[in-house]
Amino acid sequence: MTRLLPALLALLILASPAHAVSDPAEMLANPAQEHRAEAIGDQLRCLVCQNESVEQSDADLAKDFRRIIRQRVVAGDTNQQVIAWMVARYGDFIRLRPPVNGETLVLWAAPLIALLVAAGAVLIGWRRRGRTPEPLSAAERQHLANLLE
Amino acid sequence: MDALTRRRMLMLAPLGLAAAAGGGFWGLLMRMQQGTYDPHTLPSMLVGKKLPSFSLPGQPPSSGFSSTDITAGGRPALVNFFASWCIPCIQEAPTLAQLREQQVPIWGIAYKDTIPATAGFLQQNGDPYVRVARDQGGQVAIDFGVYGVPETYLVDKDGVVRLRWAGGLSDDIVRDTLLPMLKSLA
Repeated sequence: MTRLLPALLALLILASPAHAVSDPAEMLANPAQEHRAEAIGDQLRCLVCQNESVEQSDADLAKDFRRIIRQRVVAGDTNQQVIAWMVARYGDFIRLRPPVNGETLVLWAAPLIALLVAAGAVLIGWRRRGRTPEPLSAAERQHLANLLE
Repeated sequence: MDALTRRRMLMLAPLGLAAAAGGGFWGLLMRMQQGTYDPHTLPSMLVGKKLPSFSLPGQPPSSGFSSTDITAGGRPALVNFFASWCIPCIQEAPTLAQLREQQVPIWGIAYKDTIPATAGFLQQNGDPYVRVARDQGGQVAIDFGVYGVPETYLVDKDGVVRLRWAGGLSDDIVRDTLLPMLKSLA
């Protein structure tokens, strides 16, 4: 089992996210357009099962979104235009990758903040440890000498 | 402050942090229980904007309506998306009936439903609507930003959406939120 584990992990890494397009009729005949539609759907959140993408979800609303995405792709919209159309109706929450703005600044800066806090802690600890103790006074040296004799 | 007290304070810090987090969670749970907070609710993009223009066929015997019909009355109105297959829609029916009694115009949109199923729903749970239209494909709902039924939109006399309530309406929400807002807009 332990020997199998790395192989299983490698499989997990290699696996691509499943697409829920269960009905082949949903797919576009043009493979390039279908590929673009899937790329857009992968970036959008299904609002019913909120941690799945529109491409992955089997919810009815996600199916509607997939149809609309394909209609707009065929109509000639760019990926950005399709996403903007969705954001205008459902807000930034529909994007699985939140945009950088005032509301999400703390979210995006969190790794940097954590890194700075950790660096500060390490620096303080390191300084404290590196500090050389005060030299012994004459009385202390005498006391030490007496003890060692 | 000597080194010992400082060390003791530092040891208490995580405890204080945990207490603060616990207090925060408790507050959230209380608000969820009262129904004033739902972690799944999304903000509506439509609030402060004009309602999307649409025209939908009616659920017989009602004739259909368009976005301009809603504002034609010259006073605030509600737009309610519902479906016969939706449990919270049944639960909010008595609340809608009370709003109707208070002369609040409610425009109903049956979301992705069949004519017989909607007719059965209205017969069983009452029909509080000015008119009932059918959004068979769910396209108008997407223009509203609907992500589940029921959803209720408060539209002022100029057709600007002032409030969106996702989920079933309760008497508490009507009393504390909806009616004060309707009064201030009238």
